[in-house]
Amino acid sequence: MGPILRLLTHRLAISLLVLVGVSMLIFFVARVVPGDPARIALGPNASQEMVDALREARHLNDPIIVQYGWFLRDLVQGDLGTSLYTRRPVTQDIAAYLPATLELVFVAGALMILIGLPLGRVAARYSGHYPDHLARLLSVLAVCTPAFVWGVILQLLLAYIWPVFPLEGRLSTGVVAPDRITGFYTLDALMTGQLGTFFDALYHLILPATALALSGIGQTARLTRSSMIETYRRPYIDMARAYGFSERKIARRYAFRPALIPTLTILGLDFAAMLANAFLVERVFVWPGLSRYGVEVILRKDLDAIVGTVMVIAAMFLITNLVVDVIVSIINPRIRLSERRAKS
Amino acid sequence: MSSRPQSIAWAEFRSNPISILGLVLVVFCVGLALLADVITPYPTHVGPIGDFTAINQAPSAAHWFGTDTIGRDLLTRIIYGFRLSLSMAAMVLVIAMPVGVILGLLAGYKGGWIEFAIMRLTDIFLAIPPLVLAMAIMGFLPATLTNAMLAVTVMWWPWYTRLVYNVVRSEAREGYVLAAEVIGASSSHVMFREILPNCAPAVLTKITLDVGFVVLMVSSLSFLGLGVQPPTPDLGSMVADGAKYMPDAWWLSIFPALAIMLLVLGFNLLGDGLREAFDAEV
Repeated sequence: MGPILRLLTHRLAISLLVLVGVSMLIFFVARVVPGDPARIALGPNASQEMVDALREARHLNDPIIVQYGWFLRDLVQGDLGTSLYTRRPVTQDIAAYLPATLELVFVAGALMILIGLPLGRVAARYSGHYPDHLARLLSVLAVCTPAFVWGVILQLLLAYIWPVFPLEGRLSTGVVAPDRITGFYTLDALMTGQLGTFFDALYHLILPATALALSGIGQTARLTRSSMIETYRRPYIDMARAYGFSERKIARRYAFRPALIPTLTILGLDFAAMLANAFLVERVFVWPGLSRYGVEVILRKDLDAIVGTVMVIAAMFLITNLVVDVIVSIINPRIRLSERRAKS
Repeated sequence: MSSRPQSIAWAEFRSNPISILGLVLVVFCVGLALLADVITPYPTHVGPIGDFTAINQAPSAAHWFGTDTIGRDLLTRIIYGFRLSLSMAAMVLVIAMPVGVILGLLAGYKGGWIEFAIMRLTDIFLAIPPLVLAMAIMGFLPATLTNAMLAVTVMWWPWYTRLVYNVVRSEAREGYVLAAEVIGASSSHVMFREILPNCAPAVLTKITLDVGFVVLMVSSLSFLGLGVQPPTPDLGSMVADGAKYMPDAWWLSIFPALAIMLLVLGFNLLGDGLREAFDAEV
């Protein structure tokens, strides 16, 4: 078994264990809080018989360990329970709301990489000079500002005062949503050949995705900068200079690639943080994603739905980190080389 | 890792204008929060009652940041918002930091099953985005100030555990630890008297950075309507409420938003400065 495959199976096992841990944590937190969940869910007007029936149906009279057993059995079968708010299976609800959130997060992630990395590179190449100071200031400012503050500021500037972008929502009024294939409006519109809808959806994505991406852009730029500066101090850079390679080539080929490794790890974390921050941005731009669902079920104390939403987000968080680990191990020459040595 | 003498650290800190800017911002915000009762122009506007003869006024000489929908002075409420945010951050860290540090010391120094249990628990907490976990906890509890603090505290300690754990792991191999062990010092002596002082720079830097991040977290929760409830002046909920009156009453959400930015920026710059000065890895 190659080292990358071994690493993958090892990390996968750990991630699964952590996910089981998360399920225990969130399950027990949900059950130890004061108050009868059945009573809270049904409201003060429900009769005692209705509450008792719900307690029976949800196994709430069993000991907590047994309850967790029921929960785990359903979970393995892909059943996260039924939302008391929408009266639909939680998995169905999440499947309906998740694509809107993911579409937003993916576009924001793309912006983070496309803007953050070059910004950090420029800052590192001109380290200590004017572009560097500017890039550093911008990135600190971006990191310090919560996503919802960016949302509000961008909305005021670019949707109200100078209305170049739409104020809220995923599509303009009158534009019909494309048939659901992936749930991503942009992709679905492209696949069904509706170019107008595609551009409209993309147009609506720009402001919220920027608000979401800004702190990640700052963090990425900051890290790329510091890790490139670190790399510039290495002897092999001096050697490359001695060979007479152009500064551009040195920056691209010798300083940027090794510097990418620590940055990638942080990119994974940032990407995961965006899943959480999407809640804030969606609120500002009235985006019909997981946040609308999450906040709604939290306000209604809808236990199964809350647990389900947290589980799904934790799972995505773990998957992201797993993917990043694998990419890092592929890029990192130390791991590649040890594989080559193992083969020979 | 953190072996710089204090005088050198201070000299390093002083030579960086950005760190000084951070310090000034922090002193400014903390000063406003402490003196809120004395310096705010309309201290009675903290509560639910405003001045109905002056509703929805744009920024002016009498009301620098304008007034809200029931005529309360926004500047007053923002300054009290600073006080609330900072005291919540202090409470969260006062509880989360010692818990995290002690667990990190134990895990790093004792090893074995203690290490396994503590670090795997830490992994579990760190596998859920903090905001989402705090939101979920708020989902099971009534939305009050105390509960919001509790929810943020519950998810904050693992960061300190992991930080201290890493420091301990590298310090435990140092000669001074071995020397103490050889002369028969108890493990609690080694942990708290020998190793802990060497974690201080990293932990202090982390605390400084964290004040900003806890403020961010708490205001995010109340922005979503899951934290501090009105009429308590919280910066996050002020942004959320104000957003309903955009763009006509733009000041209602923009000024509280900028206030959060300023507060977090100050602690971030100060924390960054400390990190560079102490040469600490956080």
